[in-house]
Amino acid sequence: MAAINRDDVAHLARLAHIEMSAEELDRMAGELAVIVDSVKSVSEAAGDDVPATSHPIPLSNVFREDVVGHTFTAEQALSGAPDSFEGRFKVPAILDED
Amino acid sequence: MTELNNSELIRLSAAQLAAKLAAREVTSVEVTQAYLDRIADVDGQVNAFLHVNAEEALAVAAEVDAIRAAGGAEAEALHELAGVPIAVKDLIVTIGQPTTAGSKILEGWHSPYDATVIKKLRAAKMPILGKTNLDEFAMGSSTEHSAYGPTRNPWDLDRIPGGSGGGSAAAVAAFEAPLALGTDTGGSIRQPGAVTGTVGMKPTYGAVSRYGAIAMASSLDQIGPVSRTVLDSALLQEVIGGHDPFDSTSLTDPFDTLVAAAKTGNVTGMKIGIIKELHGEGYQAGVENRFNESLELLKEAGAEIVEVSCPNFKYALGAYYLIMPSEVSSNLAKFDGVRYGLRVLPEDGPMTIERVMAATRAAGFGDEVKRRIILGTYALSAGYYDAYYGSAQKVRTLIQRDFDAAFAQADVLISPTAPTTAFKLGEKLDDPLAMYLNDVATIPANMAGIPGLSLPGGLADEDGLPVGIQLLAPAREDARLYRVGAVLESLLEEKWGGPLLAKAPALGSSSTIAGGSN
Repeated sequence: MAAINRDDVAHLARLAHIEMSAEELDRMAGELAVIVDSVKSVSEAAGDDVPATSHPIPLSNVFREDVVGHTFTAEQALSGAPDSFEGRFKVPAILDED
Repeated sequence: MTELNNSELIRLSAAQLAAKLAAREVTSVEVTQAYLDRIADVDGQVNAFLHVNAEEALAVAAEVDAIRAAGGAEAEALHELAGVPIAVKDLIVTIGQPTTAGSKILEGWHSPYDATVIKKLRAAKMPILGKTNLDEFAMGSSTEHSAYGPTRNPWDLDRIPGGSGGGSAAAVAAFEAPLALGTDTGGSIRQPGAVTGTVGMKPTYGAVSRYGAIAMASSLDQIGPVSRTVLDSALLQEVIGGHDPFDSTSLTDPFDTLVAAAKTGNVTGMKIGIIKELHGEGYQAGVENRFNESLELLKEAGAEIVEVSCPNFKYALGAYYLIMPSEVSSNLAKFDGVRYGLRVLPEDGPMTIERVMAATRAAGFGDEVKRRIILGTYALSAGYYDAYYGSAQKVRTLIQRDFDAAFAQADVLISPTAPTTAFKLGEKLDDPLAMYLNDVATIPANMAGIPGLSLPGGLADEDGLPVGIQLLAPAREDARLYRVGAVLESLLEEKWGGPLLAKAPALGSSSTIAGGSN
């Protein structure tokens, strides 16, 4: 498996919406390279015949009655919002200006 | 009846407090005030609490006292733990108190709803003393990753209290609360229990609703009890457990024999398995000695000790550090400065929502959270998914198979909870990998969804600090842990001449009295 480098970290930080300074990218790349190296053996642990486990206690088809329960008022839902306008979350432009 | 002073009152177990409250030898207001006074006295040193909820706690206590004083059906219907106060890890949402998750990104945020476990505490009328410190979003093993400063270990204020639930464990160890709630994703209840000389239980995955616990890694997270005795954890798990339609992973099994199991009083004929891979090399000598001592005591009490092997555990830490960050990267995407919490605007350039999100998350998250989000984003990205996340999920199957084989040979498994006693603050902060190794013995239980209990095993000879003993049982067999744990606890306390925490150094105003101890 390829090692993780600074360009990878910069790309991943963009995907994860976390702004990073040049110094932070350098440091993070070094730390993550060590961690990724240490988890590499995992890919060799199990053969193709081993099924994956996504959930520790097998449960399937968990249903409940389709009835309306407690719902928040708009005021409650907006109570922690950094900005709101006329009962809605208010955000800056969602598209670039150009 | 001799009247207890506050110092004696706060040292009683929750079960003892419950009995005294029921017998009306003490009021809940007196008990709650004694704990609030203790918090005021020692929390400047320990920093276990991020928020103290004095007014509400005293109001609940007064309500319980009034019901008891009036007598009748309502008094009869009170829960056994009514009036016994509790602290709550600040990862669990509460109406009326801030919830920060130990992060700047949620500073000042108030939840519009209560977690299911909080609703259950309120129904049982247990006064909530406040919210306890943790590593940011429960990511860490030392509580040093809290945005609000580290919690200190009551046994040695220069040392870590474990993590991520260091606040809950330290609060209970420092007699600032008789009980607390924690969450355990890779050991965050058990490892702090081990290094602070307290009891911590991670129930079977799904035995306690996760609704309202801010998710870190949803397939691993579990809420559970923190206490000073095994019986107290059993009492608390029966309060908070049970099926919850608001959590689709919640189990329908009853889990109502836990207190009875803690009172069984024998381990005769039980088979207890030592996990070959979870002791020996890499474990501190003093930890190993206390572990061996516990095995001897269990053997003398009539248990049969067998050795089991779990060869795939060597991959557990690696697989955990792929699955957990993958789920973290997804779960923490919601903290983006839109619906709640912090919003930070970029200093220059176009003001788009994406740039606001990136600036907000850069300012609001600490280093460890960022590391895990980036690592998880990497493990889930195209081209790496099969090799990393996919492989880790297969390892999870192998770990479950190892446990299945081990439990075919033994009723419960036993190991040290953590490889070392509490280390010094700052010692591992710059070495993430060294920090991750603290959880090597606790992670397998989360990977397999099985219950795990940590209880005090004594003090290590070389440093005089607490050592934890971990017991593991098959999924849904939480009761076995309470049974064996309570027996081992009583054998150890007989040997020590009392609870381990009686040996902890004095804190607060009592520590300044020359030669005094109270």
